[in-house]
Amino acid sequence: MPETTLDGEQLHLHGYTDITSIAQIPTRNGFGEGLIEAGNRNKNVLAICADLAESTRMEGFKKAHPDQYIEIGVAEQMLVAMAGGLAAAGKIPWIASYAMFNPGRSWEQVRTIMALNDTNVKIAGAHAGVSVGPDGATHQAIEDIAIMRVIPHMTVVVPCDSVQTKKATIALSEHVGPVYLRFARDKSPVFTKETLPFEIGKAQTFRQGKDVAIVACGILVYNALIAAEELANEDGIQCRVVNNHTVKPMDEHAIVAAAKDCGAIVTVEEHQIHAGMGSRVAEILAQKCPVPIEFIGVHDRFGQSGDPVELIEYYGMGTTSIKEAARKAYKRKN
Amino acid sequence: MASESGYLRHMAGLSSERVTELKERANLVRQGIIRSLLAAGSGHSAGPLDMADVFTALYGHILRHNPQKPDWPDRDRLLLSCGHIAPVRYSAMANFGYFPVEELLTLRKFGTRLQGHPERVSLPSVETTSGPLGEGLAQGTGMALAAKLDKKDWRVYVVTSDAEHQCGLHWEAVMTAAKFKLDNLICIVDRNFIQIDGSTEDIMPLEPFADKYRSFNWNVLECDGNDIVAFIETVEKAKAATGKPSVIIANTVPGKGVSYMEGDYTWHGKPPNKEQAAVALQELEAERERILAHA
Repeated sequence: MPETTLDGEQLHLHGYTDITSIAQIPTRNGFGEGLIEAGNRNKNVLAICADLAESTRMEGFKKAHPDQYIEIGVAEQMLVAMAGGLAAAGKIPWIASYAMFNPGRSWEQVRTIMALNDTNVKIAGAHAGVSVGPDGATHQAIEDIAIMRVIPHMTVVVPCDSVQTKKATIALSEHVGPVYLRFARDKSPVFTKETLPFEIGKAQTFRQGKDVAIVACGILVYNALIAAEELANEDGIQCRVVNNHTVKPMDEHAIVAAAKDCGAIVTVEEHQIHAGMGSRVAEILAQKCPVPIEFIGVHDRFGQSGDPVELIEYYGMGTTSIKEAARKAYKRKN
Repeated sequence: MASESGYLRHMAGLSSERVTELKERANLVRQGIIRSLLAAGSGHSAGPLDMADVFTALYGHILRHNPQKPDWPDRDRLLLSCGHIAPVRYSAMANFGYFPVEELLTLRKFGTRLQGHPERVSLPSVETTSGPLGEGLAQGTGMALAAKLDKKDWRVYVVTSDAEHQCGLHWEAVMTAAKFKLDNLICIVDRNFIQIDGSTEDIMPLEPFADKYRSFNWNVLECDGNDIVAFIETVEKAKAATGKPSVIIANTVPGKGVSYMEGDYTWHGKPPNKEQAAVALQELEAERERILAHA
C-alpha cells in the first residue's frame, strides 16, 4: 500500500536538520544532467534554447549533443510552436526558458499547440519561485503551476532536489505527451538518495506521522522536513511529510490517505496559494475527505529583489511559518 | 516570359486536359464550401472561396500525398495556419478522396471531425490544430527542420492569411526559417487585403509586404492566386530555390466565384443564408458548364 511505504528511508537523514552538513546544488543542475542522459538514450531528444543556455543548464547538452541542440534566440512563443512542429515529425523536443517567459509568455501556444494538438513537447520552466532572488518580481514565476495545471492532458512535475530533478527529466523524456517540469535557480539541499525511485504521478512519504500531514513540492519539501522534525521536538506533534512532486495528475490516493490518517493538512509550495498545488489538494479533499487545511505559499502578492533565503522567509515559506501552520491545522481538527 | 512559362508548365506536367480538370475541381470545391457553410449556419465565406484554386492545385497537383494513407511518413505536410478558412481545406480534402463529400455537411456540428477550426486529434490529416493566428509558419518551421535533421525530402507548405502577418510570432518564424536555410519550406500567403474589421491596409498596414520578406532573407515570389496554372508554376520556382525558404504571395479576390461576395470584406466572417447560397450555387454551376464547354 502506497500510504505505508516510507520513502524517507531513501533520504540522507543524517543531519538533515543541520543544513551545513548537507550538499547544496540547484535543481536546474539536475535538469542539465538528466537532459544529457535523455539525449544519450534517444537521439530524437532535442534541446531548444531561447538565449539562456547557461542559466537553464542546457549548455551541457549543447556540448554533449551538438547535433540535437537548436538555438532560436529570444522568442518564447516560437519556442513552443516550433517544438510542436518538431514533435509532430517525431522528435522529442525539450524547450527551456525562465518559467516567467515560458509558459508565462507562451501560454496560448502551450494550450493549442502542445495540449489540444497533443504533441510530445517538454517544457523546462527554470527560475521558478521567489528564490530567483535579486532579479526581482518580473523574473519570479509564482503563477506558473496555476496556468499549467488547468490545461487538459498536461503533466506537471515539481521535483524536490537536484537528484530528483535529474530522474524526473529522464522519466518525462520517456513519457509520451506534453509536460511541464518546474525547477528553481538557487542552490538547495540535496537530501534524496540516488536509490530513491521516481515515478510520475506517485507521491512519496518522506516522514511518518499521524497528527498533521504536510504536503509539499519543490525545494520547500526540505523546509517541510525540518519543520516536522522541530515540531516533534518542540510540541510532540508528529507530522507526515509527503513529497507531492506531480501536481498533475495528482496522486489522489496518497492525498486522501494523508487526510484520513492525519485529519489535518498543510500544503507547502513556492507559488501563489491561489490555484497552485495546495489548491488542487483542497479540491480533492473537499470532495473525498474534508479536513482542515492550511496553505503555505505566496499570499496574492508579487515578489521582489532580495536574497533567496530572506525572500522565502519574508513571504512566509520558511520553517517557522510551516510550523505555525501545522499547529493551527492541528488545533482546528480538535 | 512566354517560353519560361511554357517550360514551367511542361515541367509541372500541366496538359490542357489536366488544367480543365483542375479548374472544374476548384469549382466543385467552391460548391462544397457553400453547401457546408449553409449547413453549418456559421463560419467564414470570403477566404475559403478565394483559396479554392490554391487548395485544388495543392491537393490535385503539387502535394506528394495519399488520401488512403494519410499518415504516410514521406508525405508533404500541408498546414493551414489561418484555421478559420477550414471549409476550403475540408472541401478540397473531400473532393480529393480523404472522406466522403457528404461529410462536409457536418461542418461545425456536434461530434463532427470537421471542427469549426481544424483539430489534428479529430482529423489527423490536417497535420496540426489551428485557429489562433500567426502560429502555422512557426510549426511548419519545426517540421521542415525535422525533415532536414532526418535528411528526408518531404516538403512543408504553410497556408497563411495576410492579416495574420500582424502577429509577432509569425515573424519569429520568418527569422528562424531563414536562419536554418529551410528551402523545404514554402509559405503561401492569401493576399486578399481583407480582415474582419476592414482592409488590412487600414487596420494595420502590411505594405511593403514583399520587401519585408526580402529583408528577412527569403526567396519571394508573387502570383495570381486565382490562376491555378500561374500558382503551380510559381510553386515550381519555389521548389527550385536553394538555401532559403520561399514565400508565395498569392493575390486573391475575396469571395472569388460568387459575384455578390467578391471584394466585399463583410463576407469575411459570415455564411450565406439559404437564398444567398442558392444564388451562389447557381452561379458556380453556370461557371462549371463554361469551364467544360471551353475544354
